[in-house]
Amino acid sequence: MTAPLNISRRTFIKASALVVGGLVIAFSIPQAKRFLLPGAAKETGNAGEAKLPAPNAFLRIGTDNTITVMLAHSEMGQSIWTTLPMLIAEELDADWSKIRVEHASASPAYLHTAYGIQITGGSSTTWSEFDRYRQAGALTRQLLIGAAAEQLGVPAANLKTENGFVISGDTKISYGDLAEAAAKLETPKAVTLKDPKDWKVIGKATKRLDGPEKINGTAVFGQDVHFDGLMTAMVARSPVFGGSVKSFDASATKQVKGVQQVVQVPTGIAVVADNYWAAKQGREALKVEWDLGPNAGLDSKAMLEDFRSKAANPGLVAAQLGDSKATLSKSDKLIEAEYALPYLAHSPMEPLNCSVRIEKDACEIWTGTQMQTTDLQAAAKILGLKPEQVKIHTLFLGGGFGRRANPAADFVSEAVQVAKAAGVPVKTVWSREDDVQGGYYRPMYLHKAKIGVDTNGFPAAWEQVTVGQSIMLGTPFEAFMIKDGVDATSVEGIADSPYLKQIPHYHVSLHTVKTGIPVLWWRSVGHSHSAFVMESLIDELAHSAKKDPLDYRRALLKDHPRHLSALNLAAEKAEWGKTLPKGVSRGIAVHESFGSFVAQVAEVSVDQGAVKVHRMVCAIDCGLAVNPDSLKAQMESSISFGLGAAMQSEITFKEGKVQQSNFHDYLVMRMSDMPKVEVHIVQSTEKMGGVGEPGLPPVAPAVTNAIFAATGKRIRQLPIGNQLA
Amino acid sequence: MIILNINGKEEKLDVSDDMPILWALRDVMHLTGTKFGCGMAQCGACTVHLDGEPIRSCITPIAAAVGKKITTIEDIQNDKVGQAVQAAWSEVDVVQCGYCQSGQIMAATALLTNNQTPTDADIDAAMSGNICRCGTYPRIRAAIHAAATKLA
Ligand code: FES
Ligand code: FES
Repeated sequence: MTAPLNISRRTFIKASALVVGGLVIAFSIPQAKRFLLPGAAKETGNAGEAKLPAPNAFLRIGTDNTITVMLAHSEMGQSIWTTLPMLIAEELDADWSKIRVEHASASPAYLHTAYGIQITGGSSTTWSEFDRYRQAGALTRQLLIGAAAEQLGVPAANLKTENGFVISGDTKISYGDLAEAAAKLETPKAVTLKDPKDWKVIGKATKRLDGPEKINGTAVFGQDVHFDGLMTAMVARSPVFGGSVKSFDASATKQVKGVQQVVQVPTGIAVVADNYWAAKQGREALKVEWDLGPNAGLDSKAMLEDFRSKAANPGLVAAQLGDSKATLSKSDKLIEAEYALPYLAHSPMEPLNCSVRIEKDACEIWTGTQMQTTDLQAAAKILGLKPEQVKIHTLFLGGGFGRRANPAADFVSEAVQVAKAAGVPVKTVWSREDDVQGGYYRPMYLHKAKIGVDTNGFPAAWEQVTVGQSIMLGTPFEAFMIKDGVDATSVEGIADSPYLKQIPHYHVSLHTVKTGIPVLWWRSVGHSHSAFVMESLIDELAHSAKKDPLDYRRALLKDHPRHLSALNLAAEKAEWGKTLPKGVSRGIAVHESFGSFVAQVAEVSVDQGAVKVHRMVCAIDCGLAVNPDSLKAQMESSISFGLGAAMQSEITFKEGKVQQSNFHDYLVMRMSDMPKVEVHIVQSTEKMGGVGEPGLPPVAPAVTNAIFAATGKRIRQLPIGNQLA
Repeated sequence: MIILNINGKEEKLDVSDDMPILWALRDVMHLTGTKFGCGMAQCGACTVHLDGEPIRSCITPIAAAVGKKITTIEDIQNDKVGQAVQAAWSEVDVVQCGYCQSGQIMAATALLTNNQTPTDADIDAAMSGNICRCGTYPRIRAAIHAAATKLA
C-alpha cells in the first residue's frame, strides 16, 4: 500500500502558484498604524512561471472566480477563518460561496497591526485586522472596477459591484474574468470604505467556513501531517523541571519494532520511530538516569505557605492613591480575606506536535502555532539559518488557549532539535501525559486584601498584595511588560480596577516569585485570577453591607457605562431578583478584559456538598459584533473552560513532580456538568474589544458568589472541588 | 499480516497486533479524521464504531477488530444516522477548533442509532466521555436533539 500524502513540498508550491492567471492583492501597512497603503505593492504571477506570490498577499482571485483569503492569524476555534473573510467579502461585494481560506505563511507581511509580531492572542484578531482586511477588499474591488471600465469603455463611476460581478446596466462581468486585467492596473493610492449603514455581511450571524471539513474529518491539524519519510518522535523529558540527563540506556528501546533511532536533545532523549505506537513503546522501554536539578524538592503546598508569608508584607507597588494605611487604621469596619488559585494546564484537545524537515540551507515546519515569529526565529537560530530560510506552515490548531504561543518556542525548538539530531524529517508528538506534566502553566497566585468600609458600607480604603510568578520575566516581552519590577499581567484587573477608581485610598502591590516552574499566559491571562478575587471581594462587601450584590455593583460602577450596560443586560435577562426554584441561588460578576465588558449571572444549587451549575446568563459589550454567532460561541466556550477550571482543575507539585497526568486526574468540563448558557449582546457602537477570552474571567466569581448565596460559605480558593462536602 | 475491515474495505496491515486501532488508522492507513487526545479512554477523541458500537480506538488493539467492521468518521456520511448527525452539526454550527468533533459525531451517531429520542440525561450519559476543550457542549446537545427530530 502506498501512503497517500497530505502534505508535500510539491503541493505547497502548487497551492502557492494558483495565482497563475489571477489577481493577487498584496500590500503592506506600516507597523502598528492603521491607515491605508503607503508603499502599496502589487504582485502578479505569470502563467508558466514558477514565481511565488509576494508573501504579503491577503487575497487572490482565480480565473475560476474563487477568492482565496490568506489569514495572518491562526484558526484555533475562535472562528477568524470566517470573520476575517467576512471583512474582505463586505468591501469586495464578493460571492460568499466562492470564498476559500488559507493560513498565510510566516512572514513579516503578516505582523500584527498592533503588536508587531505574527501572533494570535490577546483576543485581538478581529479588531486589529478590521481595517486591514476591509481595505484589502475595497482595494481589490476598485481594481476590478477599473479593469471592467477599460474593457467596456465606460467610466468607472458608472459601474457597480454585486455578488462577485461588476455590473454596467445589463452587462455583468465576473471577478474571475476581470482578474488578469485587474492585476495589470496601477494600485490605487487610497480607497473608501463602506458606510456601516451599507454593510450586508458585517454584523450578520454567519456560519463557519471551516465547518464542513471539521465535520467530515478532512480538516488537517498539525497532528495529521504526514508525508513520505516523516518519522514520529517522542521525547523523554526530565520528570522535574530543570533536570537533565545523567545517562541513558536505549538497548531495550532499539528492540522495539518500528523504532529507528534514539538521539539526545537539549530537552531529553528522543525516540524516533515509524509511528506513534512504536515511539511510545520505545520511550517506555528507555532507561534514563536523571539529574533532577534544583527543583527536586518543589512542593506546591509548601509554596503556597511561602506565598502566604510573603503576602504579610506589601510588595512592589503596582497602583497607589492617598494613604490607605492611615485610613485602614481608623476604619471601624474591616474586611480581610485571602484568596488562592492553583497552577493550571491549558490542555488543548490536540496534544502538542510539530513536524520538521531540514534540508541544506532550508527548514520547513508544519505545526499549529499561535506565534509564528518567535518559532521561526528560534528554528533559524538552532540551525544557523537566516529567518527567510525557514518556512512555517500553520495548520488548524486543535485548541490553543495560549499554550501554542510560547515566547520560548518550546515545542517547535524541541522538534527542530530532534530533526537535526536524527537527520530525518520528524514529527514530535506529545502524549497527554507530556502535556499535563510538561509545563507552561497558568501561575499559582495568592492574594491578600484588607478593605476599610465606610458608614454606608462602601470601601474607603483598599490594600491588596498579590503573590505569584511572572509570565513575562525572561521573555522578549519583559522590557515592555515589566515596569519597575511589576509585571502588568500579574495585576491586570486589580491595579486598573474600576472599583478602585471610586476609592480615595488604595495600595496594590506585587511579590514576584521565582520557582523553576515554567509559566505562560492561559486564556484571559491575569484576568483569570484577578476577576475571581475582585468580584468575590465586592460580593463580600455587598453582603457585609447587607446590600443586594447587583445594586452594590451598580453604585460603585456608576461612572463606568460599559460595565453597567453588560451588568444590567445580564441581570435583566437572568431576571435578577425573581424567585428561583427551591435550592437554587444566583451569583453575579462583571469584568472588563481585552477591551470587552462581560457580566454573568450563575444559577447554582448545592446538594450535600455537590455543586451544580444550572444556568449561566452572559452579557457582553464588545463594541461591534462582526459575527454575532461566533461571538456567542466564544462566550459558551469561555464559560465551559472557566467552569471546568473553577470547579475542578488544578496542577499540584510534590517532590518536584506534577501530580496529575491525564484527564482522569486533571479534571475538565464534561457534557454532564455543562449548564444551560444564554448569551446576550449589548448593541454597542463603542470601541471594539476582543471575544476569545473576556467571557472567562467572570465565570468563577459568578459561581462562587452564587454558592455563597446558597450556603453562606465563601469560596476563597480554587478549584471549588469538594470544599463544600 | 493482519486483515482489517475498515469502512467496508479489507485492508492488510503489517504491524504487531497489539497496536491500538487508533494508530493503525492514523499512522498506517493515514485515515487521520480519527483523533488522538489522551490515549487512555478518557476523552473520546478517538471514537470509532466496531460493528456499530462506539469504542475508544486508542486502547483497543487491532487484534480485537479482526473479523469485525471498523467505521470511522471518513465513512459515517454513508450511514443514515451519521448523515443526519452531520447535517445537524452543520445546521447548529457546532464546531470550534474541531479537534474533538470526529469523536463527538461518532458518539452521537451511536447514541441516535440505539435511541431515537434521547433525553438530556441520555445525552449526558452517552456523551460525557467525549471531552471538548472548546466547550461546544450546548451546541452538541442542541444538534443531537435536532438530528433526532429529523430522523423521527
Ligand atoms: S484518545 Fe482515546 S479516549 Fe482519548
Ligand atoms: S471543538 Fe475544540 S475540542 Fe471540541
